[in-house]
Amino acid sequence: MRADIVERPLDPAALLAEVASQASGASVLFVGTVREVNEGRAVTGIDYSAYAGMALRELRSIAGEAAARFETPHVVVEHRLGTLGLGEASVAIAVSHPRRAPAMDAARFVIEELKRRVPIWKREHYADGTREWVDPTAGVAGRGTRGEGSAAPVGEAARPMSRASRAEAGLRTAP
Amino acid sequence: MNVTVLLFASYADALGASSVELPLAPGATVRDVVTALGQLPGAERLPPSPLVAVNEVYASYDGVVDPGDEVAIIPPVAGG
Repeated sequence: MRADIVERPLDPAALLAEVASQASGASVLFVGTVREVNEGRAVTGIDYSAYAGMALRELRSIAGEAAARFETPHVVVEHRLGTLGLGEASVAIAVSHPRRAPAMDAARFVIEELKRRVPIWKREHYADGTREWVDPTAGVAGRGTRGEGSAAPVGEAARPMSRASRAEAGLRTAP
Repeated sequence: MNVTVLLFASYADALGASSVELPLAPGATVRDVVTALGQLPGAERLPPSPLVAVNEVYASYDGVVDPGDEVAIIPPVAGG
């Protein structure tokens, strides 16, 4: 099990090799890449930044939770920071497991929790020269407040924003 | 006591700084930090109840802040 925040290009094939095990009958690799359009606007690149210490702490916690919950030590995740161009990988997650279903579920768990909890932010660059911070809660009532983890929400007037962000994440990753 | 509050992304842009020092009474809570932050120029661009982390862990507004704690205001996360 490993989780890291890096400032170099990701090597998804290396992550897949890292989780390889003769005990595993299934290996899953998820790669998140910079997409050319978001919310109808032409995107030319994305700056990724983070609260580095907390982001690493949360990411490691998520990898550990996935390993425990899906009963495999073979969980690896890397998230990249810096300025990325179209098609470049921002996140890579590899999982191997004796069975395919938990392998896929574990990879899904890691990306959904990452999107919900890890303090990483992106500022999109648009074709018209402007740049904007991406706010997944924009347009959702009570934006900016959300619950922590799967336990009790934190903050004043906290609400289950996780539902909104999950729906949004689900839209993006729907099969 | 003075507490250093870290700001990131859109919140750092709003306040024009990546950290601010807030004078707080001993025994101040996370809620007091958010209230004090709200008085600063630019803070009107923040939501009324932003997420807060203390020492790199999401914190309840009722939690007490000690001198030396690392307090951070967390904008809506957008990793992946």
